[in-house]
Amino acid sequence: MEPMAILSIFVLAIFVGFEVVSKVSSTLHTPLMSGANAIHGVILVGAIIVADHSETNLELGLSIAAIILATINMVGGFVVTDRMLEMFKGNKK
Amino acid sequence: MSRTLYDLIGLAAGVAFILALKGLSHPKTARRGNLIGAFGATLATLVVFFYANPGSSLPLNHLGFILGAIAIGLLVGVPAARKVQMTQMPQLVALFNGVGGGAAALVAIVEYLHLGAEATTAEVIFTVFTVIVGCVSFSGSIITFMKLQELMTTRPVIFPAGRFIIAATLVSVIGVGGWVVNALGTAPLLILAGLSLLFGILFVLPVGGADVPIVISLLNAFTGLTVAASGYVLDSVLLIIAGTLVGASGTILTRKMAEAMGRSLFGTLFGAFTAKAQDSSGAAEDRPVKSGSPDDVAILLNYARRVVIVPGFGLAVAQAQHTVRELADLMISKGIDVAYGIHPVAGRMPGHMNVLLAEANVPYDQLLEMDEVNPTFGQTDVAIVIGANDVVNPAAQTTPGCPIYGMPILEVNNAANIIFLKRSMRPGFAGIENELLYDPKTMLLFGDAKASLTKVVSALKAL
Repeated sequence: MEPMAILSIFVLAIFVGFEVVSKVSSTLHTPLMSGANAIHGVILVGAIIVADHSETNLELGLSIAAIILATINMVGGFVVTDRMLEMFKGNKK
Repeated sequence: MSRTLYDLIGLAAGVAFILALKGLSHPKTARRGNLIGAFGATLATLVVFFYANPGSSLPLNHLGFILGAIAIGLLVGVPAARKVQMTQMPQLVALFNGVGGGAAALVAIVEYLHLGAEATTAEVIFTVFTVIVGCVSFSGSIITFMKLQELMTTRPVIFPAGRFIIAATLVSVIGVGGWVVNALGTAPLLILAGLSLLFGILFVLPVGGADVPIVISLLNAFTGLTVAASGYVLDSVLLIIAGTLVGASGTILTRKMAEAMGRSLFGTLFGAFTAKAQDSSGAAEDRPVKSGSPDDVAILLNYARRVVIVPGFGLAVAQAQHTVRELADLMISKGIDVAYGIHPVAGRMPGHMNVLLAEANVPYDQLLEMDEVNPTFGQTDVAIVIGANDVVNPAAQTTPGCPIYGMPILEVNNAANIIFLKRSMRPGFAGIENELLYDPKTMLLFGDAKASLTKVVSALKAL
C-alpha cells in the first residue's frame, strides 16, 4: 500500500485513540485498559495470515504458537473485561 | 471473496474498535462497548479465513493446525478469564497483554523468515521494532504478573550498577537491531529477541509495587504499537488501525493513571535508570501502637454520627466486600451516616475497589471519590481503613523524597478517630512505614479483614 496512505491512517488513528478515551473516569481505568488489551489480540488475524503462507516447519510452528497466544489474549481479554463490567450492572442510577 | 469486500469488512471491524473504546469510557455504555469490540474482533478473525492474502485459495493452508491452535487458545483463555478471582484480575490482564506482545513478536519473526532477502528495508525496520517491543512487553508483563501474584518481591529490585546494566542492555538491543537491518539473517534476529526479553525483565524489576499498574498500562500501549507495525508488514489496514488505537489510547490512559497517583510518567518510565536504594527508617517497628478488640471498635462505631469506610487491597484479599456491606447497612439502620472513600488507585489497579464493592451491590451513591470525600473527613467521627495503607499514608504529603511523595491521599488523618483493620504491622505495597499507625487517635484491629469485620458486626448487633 502507498506509504502516504499508511502514514495518514496511522496519524488519524492516533488522534482518534487520544480523543475517544480523553474523558474516562478513574472508575473505568481498569476495564478500559483490559478492553484495549483485548483489542490488540486482533494480532490473531496476522498470526493466521503468516500461518497460511508459512513454508517451513519452523515458520509453521512459530505461527501456531502465535495463534495460541493471540487467541488467549483476544478471547480471554474480552471475557475478563465483561466479567469486570458485569459487576457494575444494576448499580447505575 | 474480493479484496474490496475483505477490506470493507476490515474497516467495519476498525470502526467497531473505535466504538468499543468510546463505549468503555462511560459507565453506562461500557459493557456494550466491550461486546462491540468482541464482535469486531470475531468478524475480523472469521473474514480472514475467506481471504488470507491475494492469490491464496480456499481453504487456508494448514487449516487444521490453525483451527487446532485457536481451539487450544480458547481452552486456555476462556476458563482462565472465567474462573479468576476479583483479586487476581490485574495480573491476569498483565498476562494477557504479555502473550499478545509475544504473539506480535512471533508473527514478526515468522514474516521475517518468510520474506528472507525479499524484505524491503522499511519492512525489516518495522519487523525489528515489533520483535524488540513485543519481546519487552512479553517478558515485562511476566515480571509484573509475578510481582502482583507475589511470586516475587513487590518491592523495587535494585542491584548494584543496575542502571548501567540496563543502559548497556538497551544500547545492545538498539545495536543488534541496526545489525539486523543491515546484515539480515536469522541468527541476529534471534539474538535481538533474546536481548529484548532480557531488557523487558530489567526494565520492570526496579519498578515498585505501587507503580506496577502504570507499567501494565504502558506495556499494553506498547503491544498496540507492535500490532500496528505488524499491520504495515502484513499489509493489513485493520491491524494498523487497531494497533494504533490501542497504542494511542493506552498512552493517554497511562498518563491519566500516573496523574491519579501523582507520579510523573517520565519518572515511572525511566525509574529504572534513576532508581537508588531508599534509606528505610528502621526502629519504627518497636514503637507502641494501640490495638483494640472488635468490641472496642463496635462501641466506637455505635456512638459515631458519620463513618467513612476506606477499603484497600486487604479487603479484596479477604473477599470481605459482602461483610463490609453488612456492616455499613447495620450502621445505616442505626442512623449513622456512612460513606465509602474510594482512592482511585486503592487495591492493585485503578477502579479495583469500585468493581469489588459493586460486586457486593453497594449502592453507587455511597461510593465517594477522593475529591468528594476528603473535605468531609473533618466532620467524620470514625474512619475505618480496611486493608489499605499507602493511599492514606500522610508521608505522601509530609515527607519529600519518600517513594509515594506527591501522591494524592485520602486524608483520614483529619477524622476524629481512625480504625485500621490490618493483618500485621507489615507496611503497604509500596513498602513505606505509615506514621498514622502510631497516632494516638488510631486503633488497630489485627486479623483477616473478613473475620475481623464479622466480629465487629456481631458485636455491634449486640449493642
